[in-house]
Amino acid sequence: MDINDLRGLSTLLLLIAFLGVCFWAFSSKRKKAFEEAGRLPFADEDEAAQSHQEDETK
Amino acid sequence: MSELNSALEHPKYNYKVVRQFAVMTVVWGIVGMLVGVWIAAQLAWPALNFDLPWLSFGRLRPLHTNAVIFAFGGSALFATSYYVVQRTCQVRLISDKLAAFTFWGWQLVIVAAAITLPLGWTSSKEYAELEWPIDILIAVVWVSYAIVFFGTIMKRKAEHIYVANWFYGGFIVTVAVLHILNSLAIPVSMTKSYSIYAGTVDAMVQWWYGHNAVGFFLTAGFLGMMYYFVPKQAERPVYSYRLSIVHFWALVAVYIWAGPHHLHYTALPNWAQSLGMVMSIILLAPSWGGMINGIMTLSGAWHKLRTDPILRFLVVSLSFYGMSTFEGPMMSIKTVNALSHYTDWTIGHVHSGALGWVAMISIGATYHLIPILFGRQRMYSIGLINAHFWMSTIGTVLYIASMWVNGIMQGLMWRAYNQDGTLTYTFVESVAASHPGYLVRLVGGFIFFAGMLVMAYNMYMTATRDTVEEEDEQANANTAPA
Repeated sequence: MDINDLRGLSTLLLLIAFLGVCFWAFSSKRKKAFEEAGRLPFADEDEAAQSHQEDETK
Repeated sequence: MSELNSALEHPKYNYKVVRQFAVMTVVWGIVGMLVGVWIAAQLAWPALNFDLPWLSFGRLRPLHTNAVIFAFGGSALFATSYYVVQRTCQVRLISDKLAAFTFWGWQLVIVAAAITLPLGWTSSKEYAELEWPIDILIAVVWVSYAIVFFGTIMKRKAEHIYVANWFYGGFIVTVAVLHILNSLAIPVSMTKSYSIYAGTVDAMVQWWYGHNAVGFFLTAGFLGMMYYFVPKQAERPVYSYRLSIVHFWALVAVYIWAGPHHLHYTALPNWAQSLGMVMSIILLAPSWGGMINGIMTLSGAWHKLRTDPILRFLVVSLSFYGMSTFEGPMMSIKTVNALSHYTDWTIGHVHSGALGWVAMISIGATYHLIPILFGRQRMYSIGLINAHFWMSTIGTVLYIASMWVNGIMQGLMWRAYNQDGTLTYTFVESVAASHPGYLVRLVGGFIFFAGMLVMAYNMYMTATRDTVEEEDEQANANTAPA
């Protein structure tokens, strides 16, 4: 085994890491959690509107 | 003024630092693009340097690049990252004082650059020209930025860290590493230092820095902007959140290897050049994955493009992003690079990314932010935003089309041989042939710059107009018969 085997192995490890990220991100178990995370930009809107109204009534 | 500030204070979030950075985004955009227009005019009419060293192209060009990348783009990134991290973590920045320090520190860096670069004080490293005392100030400000940003994420209320923050976080960490390692130098006086790297290693470190300035400062940071402002403006969540996760990890893992494509056919070992080329081609996949994710966010809401010029800015910026991230991998192929390198094609490619992608998404995000930050319903004039959109688009197209023509022409002229092996054209013949293209580029660049003036007027009117007047107008509009 020489340095070139290690180089080949590192490519293989990167491929496995990439496939791992894909499977992790697209597994059906996490579907709901990620859909929720995708709505985060809109999560504080009710709150923001509320505090705005409070300002106006002051 | 203090009255105005207290009236604008948001009960929960720190909008003050966001507002300061947002206003300076427009100001530095105007300054940086004006210098760009000026040096574009110098290339068409060289006499415009007036034989003054301070106005020579070699000194003003780094001033232009530093001003548009770090002053304009940097301010846009600070403003939007501070805004997005607060809104998506639903907490205030951890320290108002440290955030204020990053604002004033960053402005000081910009002013120092504007003074030292025309004086010719330079480390001569592209996009890292500033001398060592300013480099140290940048490092201090940047570490403070990281503390504010990650400190805010740590005290978040939401369980998940939204994808935009991942991109902003990746950008902040990587730029810190790149800046510090590339700027390592031995000072010999206050205004002069020598890099600790030498020869080919210096070149490779420089372009490891240089290309990742593109990959992380000008791409990852602005993708953070894309993942928040496109869904927000389109009023729907991003097309695929799961794709955005793969997008993030693939992009950050691959970008870091692409630097050697700046050193094709140089003293850099051939295997390193090939590695850079292969990694650059692979980069097409995550780049387009992200672009498609952004554009498809509009699926089912395409009609909004007809009425909303802010959304138009955001979506067209993604189209330019897709174009330039196709062009980049293509230009990194050695045989294509043999034609394109050292020609105006490279300048055109950079501006397709810088004007079309970076500037247009920043402008769109800033138009989204300004009414919120000044407590208004909307921008003073939607019509003027639309005018600005068309000025930006036409200006960018004129710029990149003229540079394509110039670049390919220069590449072909430089490589043309006669039968006896002599060169067909002298270098100066290719310069003379480039003149019409330089004029078209100047016109395109000027139109883009003029659009920023329209934006400044619109921002000023939005900020200063009486709110009562605005409400009256809206009431009138509501009661008026359709």
